[in-house]
Amino acid sequence: MISGLVADYLPILLFLGIAAFVSVAAVALSFILAKQKPDSEKLSAYECGFPAFDDARAKFDVRFYLVAILFIIFDLEIAFLFPWAVALGDIGWAGFASMMLFLGVLTVGFIYEWKKGALEWE
Amino acid sequence: MDNLHSLMIVLPEVSLAALGLLLLLVGLVNRSNTTHVVSALTVLSFIITAATLISPHRLSFLMGGTAPVFAFGTMFVDDTLARFIKLLILAASALSVFLSGGYLENHKIARPEYPVLILFATLGMMLMVSASDMIALYVGLELQSLALYVLAAFQRDDAKSSESGLKYFVLGALSSGLLLYGISLLYGYAGTTDFVKLSFVFKDAAPHTIGLTIGLVFVTAALAFKVSAVPFHMWTPDVYEGAPTPVAAFFASAPKMAALVLFLRLLREPFMPLAMEWQQIVVFIAVASMLLGSFAGLAQKSVKRLMAYSSIANVGYALSALAIMNKDGLSAMLIYLAIYFVNTLGAFGVIISLRKQGQQVEAIEDFAGIAKKNPLLALAMTVFMFSLAGVPPLAGFFGKYFIFLAAVKAGMVPLAVIAVVTSVVAAFYYLRLIKVMYFDESKQIIDACPCFGVRATVTLAALYMIIFTVWPQPIIDGAIAAISGFIRG
Repeated sequence: MISGLVADYLPILLFLGIAAFVSVAAVALSFILAKQKPDSEKLSAYECGFPAFDDARAKFDVRFYLVAILFIIFDLEIAFLFPWAVALGDIGWAGFASMMLFLGVLTVGFIYEWKKGALEWE
Repeated sequence: MDNLHSLMIVLPEVSLAALGLLLLLVGLVNRSNTTHVVSALTVLSFIITAATLISPHRLSFLMGGTAPVFAFGTMFVDDTLARFIKLLILAASALSVFLSGGYLENHKIARPEYPVLILFATLGMMLMVSASDMIALYVGLELQSLALYVLAAFQRDDAKSSESGLKYFVLGALSSGLLLYGISLLYGYAGTTDFVKLSFVFKDAAPHTIGLTIGLVFVTAALAFKVSAVPFHMWTPDVYEGAPTPVAAFFASAPKMAALVLFLRLLREPFMPLAMEWQQIVVFIAVASMLLGSFAGLAQKSVKRLMAYSSIANVGYALSALAIMNKDGLSAMLIYLAIYFVNTLGAFGVIISLRKQGQQVEAIEDFAGIAKKNPLLALAMTVFMFSLAGVPPLAGFFGKYFIFLAAVKAGMVPLAVIAVVTSVVAAFYYLRLIKVMYFDESKQIIDACPCFGVRATVTLAALYMIIFTVWPQPIIDGAIAAISGFIRG
């Protein structure tokens, strides 16, 4: 006899099982079915341009830092918008106006960084 | 509508914020005189905000404005104390913008962001002094601090300025951490961050929970940090020395007033039932600040460091007024602040205007003989130094006099004695500067900057020091009214 509390977690267990199955299947099937063409380029660093396993105290272009900071602002904006969108029905016009105000402030910041050339790489 | 009512209460802050955003965009126009225009508009914004703050329309809306009114639940409070100190803060910020023009151009750092940062720091201060909830307090304090960190490092090609910005940031972040930790303890034990409810909790919590006392100590320590009281003062001389001189002038005026009034509100409202606990802390940091500010100032060679130690000593006087905590003491503190910020801005104005071969004058010995070439500037500096030393009949004397009087009346004679003794010690370094200006032979050519803003500020400040003697009534009445509206019954 499973107690009610544990039974509540059954969907999560099912989800874990399905997730494990799908991920193992994806890796295994591509290993079995796909053509294997090993290439050293495929193992080299990509996207951010850093070797993935290296001394962390390396010099890097300070421009990454600026991009990261600007990215975080908009990342947080999204994190802020999601709960707002879900709760919009309850918080009414005051909530709507507050968010518009916040977005307005953010837009001013965005115009500022754009005009200052913070978004240009060169 | 409840929200519209709240908006009306925070109208000065809202308009300042909107103007700040607008000015940020105006600053993007790429013209040679953009910084001038933005600076002028910043001062105009301060004037508009001050006018909104005390406009009869708004006051009649607030039912005469004598009783405190709350906005957004109990986040924000508007009362006589907040209005009085906000006017002083706006004046100090406007004068700081005036002081900066010539210096920024001389150092090729005239950027439109500078006045905008001062504006946002001012907005933060206005929120701080009106905070009626720990969260609002923290948000206001951070808005102020973040702008100040950037201002300290504004001369970013200069190693010293960057160092000062970084130092200020690291230590400021530490103090914010202390503050948040204290607030979380208070919230954990009291279950609220609202000032009014906190005071009820403290009243009922007898015998007091030890956790509340620890939270109180943390919050007090963090605020002592922000006002640069001993033993949390060590950042002050380095930051003042490294930061551009007009920024140091700004640091010594408006943020000090805001943090001290925040301290006042916090101790007097939520923490009032714990007066026995915090009074000894405040007396200690006041005495320590007065002693260290006076004695360490004696050994200084740089005039900016001297002003830093002077500001530490002056915070000590303001804190001893706070420790008295009755109406006399608190109104003496407001009068003291109203005099001190003009005094210090004027003294910094003289320092800013002196140059040798285009370089800023920093050492005390560089002041040698400036009385011969720049008699008016030397005279103004003499007025400021005498006033800081508390020599009658200048304004600084009255500032100290009211504090000593209130301390003696409240039976805190030892505190008054220490204050008098340290002000005598500090008088040595103020008077030494006068002696250097008038009696020492100059070894180099010192010119005065022809900047209009600096001259106007120095002249205004010197006149204020003198006029206060014959016509002190507006400030004294204002301070007493502010405190009587704040402490009801």
